[in-house]
Amino acid sequence: MLFRDTGTIIALSGLASTAQAQEKLQSALAPASDQASGIAVLWWAMLIGAIIIFAAVMVVLGTGLWRARRKETRLSGIASRNLVLTAGVAIPLLVLIFLVGGSLFLGKDLSAKAPDNAQTIEVIGWRWWWEIRYLDENDQLIATTANEMHVPVDRPVRLVLKSGDVIHSFWVPNLHGKTDLMPGKVNSSWFTAKREGVFYGQCAEFCGTQHALMGFRVMAQPEPAFAAWLARQAENARAPTTEEQALGREVFVDVGCAACHDIRGVTPRAMTTGRDPKAPPLIHDLRAMGKAELARQDSPIPAPDLTHFGSRTTLAAGARPATKGHIGGWLTDPQGIKPGALMPPTMLEPQELHALVAYLQSLE
Amino acid sequence: MKKTRIRSDGPISARPDTEEATATLDRTWLSPPGFIGWFTHVNHRQIGYRFIVTSLIFFALAGVLALIMRLQLMSPENSLLGPELFNQFFTMHGTTMMFLFAVPIMEGMGIYLVPLMIGTRDMAFPRLNAFGYYVYLTAGVVLFASLFIGMAPASGWFAYVPLSGKAFSPEVGMDVWTTLITFIEISALTAAVELVATIFKQRAPGMSLDRMPLFVWAILVMSFMIIFAMPPVMTASVLLMLDRTLDMQFFVVAGGGEPLLWQHLFWFFGHPEVYIILVPALGMISMIITTFTRRPIFGYTAMVLSLVAIGFVSFGLWVHHMFTTGLPHLGLSFFTAASAMITIPSGVQIFCWIATLWGARIRFATPMLFILGFFAIFVIGGLTGVMVASIPFDMQVHDTYFVVAHFHYVLIGGAVLPLFGAIYYWYPKVTGQMMSERLGRWSFGLIFAGLNLTFFPMHQLGLEGMPRRVYTYLEVMGWGSLNLFITGGAFILAAGFALSFWNMFISRTRGITAGPNPWQADSLEWATASPPANYNFRHIPVVRSRTPIWDDEEADERQLVTGLSNERREILLTTVLDAEPQGVLILPSPTIWPFLLAIAVALGFIGIIFSPWWFVVGFFLSFFMIVGWLWPRRPWQEE
Repeated sequence: MLFRDTGTIIALSGLASTAQAQEKLQSALAPASDQASGIAVLWWAMLIGAIIIFAAVMVVLGTGLWRARRKETRLSGIASRNLVLTAGVAIPLLVLIFLVGGSLFLGKDLSAKAPDNAQTIEVIGWRWWWEIRYLDENDQLIATTANEMHVPVDRPVRLVLKSGDVIHSFWVPNLHGKTDLMPGKVNSSWFTAKREGVFYGQCAEFCGTQHALMGFRVMAQPEPAFAAWLARQAENARAPTTEEQALGREVFVDVGCAACHDIRGVTPRAMTTGRDPKAPPLIHDLRAMGKAELARQDSPIPAPDLTHFGSRTTLAAGARPATKGHIGGWLTDPQGIKPGALMPPTMLEPQELHALVAYLQSLE
Repeated sequence: MKKTRIRSDGPISARPDTEEATATLDRTWLSPPGFIGWFTHVNHRQIGYRFIVTSLIFFALAGVLALIMRLQLMSPENSLLGPELFNQFFTMHGTTMMFLFAVPIMEGMGIYLVPLMIGTRDMAFPRLNAFGYYVYLTAGVVLFASLFIGMAPASGWFAYVPLSGKAFSPEVGMDVWTTLITFIEISALTAAVELVATIFKQRAPGMSLDRMPLFVWAILVMSFMIIFAMPPVMTASVLLMLDRTLDMQFFVVAGGGEPLLWQHLFWFFGHPEVYIILVPALGMISMIITTFTRRPIFGYTAMVLSLVAIGFVSFGLWVHHMFTTGLPHLGLSFFTAASAMITIPSGVQIFCWIATLWGARIRFATPMLFILGFFAIFVIGGLTGVMVASIPFDMQVHDTYFVVAHFHYVLIGGAVLPLFGAIYYWYPKVTGQMMSERLGRWSFGLIFAGLNLTFFPMHQLGLEGMPRRVYTYLEVMGWGSLNLFITGGAFILAAGFALSFWNMFISRTRGITAGPNPWQADSLEWATASPPANYNFRHIPVVRSRTPIWDDEEADERQLVTGLSNERREILLTTVLDAEPQGVLILPSPTIWPFLLAIAVALGFIGIIFSPWWFVVGFFLSFFMIVGWLWPRRPWQEE
């Protein structure tokens, strides 16, 4: 493979980025994977080439203009022809052959099939959040989460990219270039994270009102930590341990959150789409859900799975940190934070709101 | 058609024209004065001038939208514009700049200048010309006005389905977009057909194809590109219109439609579109360099072939807008190669110009400053263009601010700088007054500085992960300071353009009188008064070289064609290749019908937004207007 000297590249770009005080959380210039490194090398090579070419053209132009300072001169026909043929045809051709060749070799690697040991993650783009589904070797669902993707370090990750509505584009610059999520089509991409870290990603294809804040995070973890995390995600939601949390769960079901959001082990739809359809039925009175269920059938709005919401660091597709205050703010006034978002505001008594937030935060 | 009555005469002084004859000719070509008269004008200079002024107004309006967007983006999570309004703004900025400014102004320059450059009195189909302008005007005004009544489209100028489909954009804004884009392209097509016919059949005797000014070549290439590029986008917007109004399923996934089809159709137009804007600018550069170096451009044949090559190759690049859609890599790689290939004809042009400039005593007047600015900016834009032609790199920077930087360098550097150079250059021909040099220099300096301050940092923003078309961004992303800097730059850039607008405005009254040929240029438009009389040329000149004015001056004589009637609008037709005199064409006189037809068609199109039945109304109204338009006029036949 071309450009596989990942270590040097990461060191090199690390050097480049130390010039900047801020850590580059969403940058193509701080690659953390083989794929992003390859592209970064291509970029630096092209940048150096471009600087040389730009300088050369300006020098030729400047020389030509400078010539007239004393007296008017003229390039002979042959000299002019040679200038045009060399600088306008031959040199660009040579440069382009190398550039196109190098770029195509790299592209061939990037578009190759993912290795067999890859972890498969299905990403479904919705307006304006990301559904993230972990699949096992047989493409059976292990766990569903949203807006935060954990990946193992040093093990390839295969992305299966779909869209539930309009075109989105999955992009984590530190890990790879973007690939579109096309409705009616399944795209794929893969990368191998080479270092631990939290990397930011964002939708890169204009997808409507809240395109701007359709973000997500990728947490690259060592394999054991990743495996533990995934095992936890595969489980159903933990039961409330305090009275407040229990009240929160009741509020969640009663006020209609469950019409759109799933909490495995609590909401009915999750029972059939969860990992184990035979998992013990939910404890709550199902009849209370009737109204919410109807609402969902009327206008099903896809919404993030909240089974392990408490383990996430952000909410509203990366728009806010998942702190108590922000969760409360989001629940009561989502349109204030993300105007046009499909989540309606929820009218709650202060006590109910506190309980709901406490319950959601407990869902680790 | 009659046999021509052509004679090549000696020096013009040998046969003085009677004042009476000149006055008759002037009356024959007069555009009727008055308010009603205004709507009957068909003369190419009136129509071209209107195209230019109208598109400059749209340029300013779209620029104001850009400034407001920059204010919104100057700090993270700013709340000046909400997402709805911001999305409308960037959609209208792109749509206006591409459809209402860039293409119309290039057509306007062509319509105004080409007949003068090739030595004729009007264009081949003057009424069609007028019709095209009214179509453009109504479509443009309605499209832009939609912003003020909150009905503007908000799916981007590229209007990707399914986002722009009924399901996700139920608002009327997208209907406005689909119908008016279809409508407005009619005007692009009429202008293109007109320009091709005029260039091929109306050149002054002796102006064989290989003596045509490079600007005329550029306009010819542009016109052919328009003829081939506009139908795909009209097809696409009609299909989308049908999807939206009649529930058809061309792009609806659930109905078996294909979103990628839209992208193919759109970019099959969209990429040539960029070159439709660029190619005339390349022609302007050649004209200005010739004048200010007092040298013919080196490598005329190579320049012409480059223009034609750019025209052809630009139709083979469209998929490089779709590198991230998941198409097979092998298929995409052809488009990398084609995108890289287009740098060769561009490189040939640049070095032909440099060879021409080499050691020349250049007058550094404002037009020439804009051209020198072009070299720096366009080379940068070209280099980043080659970069984004690389599939892996494009996967990173596609739809980010890197691309925003790239195409603003190419479009402002490649097209708008030469265009403003051209405005300074041809302004005296159009108005008879020179524009202020002092203001011009300041304007150029501000534009050049502002352009770089605004767009250069965007390369870095893109690489640091900032996507395009976002109404805001989080503080944690760390893009705040660069964005603030860029907003500052944008205001400098705007100040530069504003200064030129001011210059255009005040120079009408305060400018120095120009005279026929203030720049001592070589091409035929400078061989007549500034502004030209109604008839353009008292007598059609005979062309014997590529630099007719210089050679006539040297020979101290100008051969002219006499014998065209003074009493009716006669123009000389010549053969396509060698411009041998072939016949005389009588052009129609001023008439209101093109305006009425444009209104009828506009009613039909704009009505479709609200009900499909308006199509029927528009159809029948148009029929009556066309009958009126084509109604035979007796005096013609009797003569």
